[in-house]
Amino acid sequence: MPCAFAQSTVDEIAKYRAALQDGNPAELWEARGEALWKQKRGPKQVSFEQCDLGLGAGVVKGAYARLPRYFADADRVMDLETRLVWCMVKLQGYSEADALKNPFGSGNEKKSDMEALVAYVTSESRGAKMNVALSHPKEEQMYRLGEKMFYFRGGPHDFACATCHGEDGKRIRLQDLPNLTGTEGAQKAYTTWPAYRVSQGELRSFQWRLYDCFRQQRFPELIFASDASVALTMFLARNANGVAFDAPAIKR
Amino acid sequence: MADPMKIRANLVGDSTEVKVLMNHEMETGQRKDAQGKTIPAWFIQSVSATCNDKTVLSAQWGPAVSKNPFLSFKFKGGAKGDKVVITWVDSRGDKRTDEATIA
Repeated sequence: MPCAFAQSTVDEIAKYRAALQDGNPAELWEARGEALWKQKRGPKQVSFEQCDLGLGAGVVKGAYARLPRYFADADRVMDLETRLVWCMVKLQGYSEADALKNPFGSGNEKKSDMEALVAYVTSESRGAKMNVALSHPKEEQMYRLGEKMFYFRGGPHDFACATCHGEDGKRIRLQDLPNLTGTEGAQKAYTTWPAYRVSQGELRSFQWRLYDCFRQQRFPELIFASDASVALTMFLARNANGVAFDAPAIKR
Repeated sequence: MADPMKIRANLVGDSTEVKVLMNHEMETGQRKDAQGKTIPAWFIQSVSATCNDKTVLSAQWGPAVSKNPFLSFKFKGGAKGDKVVITWVDSRGDKRTDEATIA
């Protein structure tokens, strides 16, 4: 009865998530992120309230459900993190190296401002319908690049993203893996990141999810806010179009 | 100083339901770091809640409580607009007090 066993595991994990839904510690990151968003920061002492996430300067509500997108001022397709880095450099006067520092937190000693900001901005898109456009040629190009990367096999294990995420019913240990080649799988996966990972006691962003998938595949390190990371995000975000965004979530 | 708590207090029927999220590492003292050195214990030791200066909850906690703990409890006698004040003190003597209004 391997199928029945797998199914009951999925159900039990779903129950576990439901039990933890009330009182998701992600709210602590959201609160810290909101304070950081409004705070005057950096050498120029400017808050993020001048930062344009695509819907106008300072508009946060619903912005994440439309990212990644092409930004004319930067002449580049950007996801949320890439855009926040851009605002930190152009608006707040940080050096690029400082803006890219510490993207993922680790405990009390090394809290990540980036993850807190991501938690806040994404929480303001909860309930917004995913609507990522491919209207600009560069957006289309980014999507195609992401698609190519998703199926590209490489590394010491000859792995591709599609190796784990290309079929229904695959698992790592007891954790079911979403099939990201189908609309339903992509929607369910993309709209539930960022998430508070109970096993790590940390809020994790989608950039982190990709970074850790690269590590698990034994690929070279995925550089934070690189075009490669934006391309994969673009591919998955676009495939998730049509359903409501529902994060920060909570995961095992 | 520690980051703020997130407190919600709602009147449900004749009792007040309080939900608190606390920001704390809650180190057990059992874990070791990458060098094999024990990470010293550091956890919330006591939690108290008052409503209109009257104690409605007083708890002693140990290292078995999770990181970033979530506490939910009910008490009778609160009214809309009353203030619920939560205080925790940890094993280093650090403390944090936050409040919420019953809705």
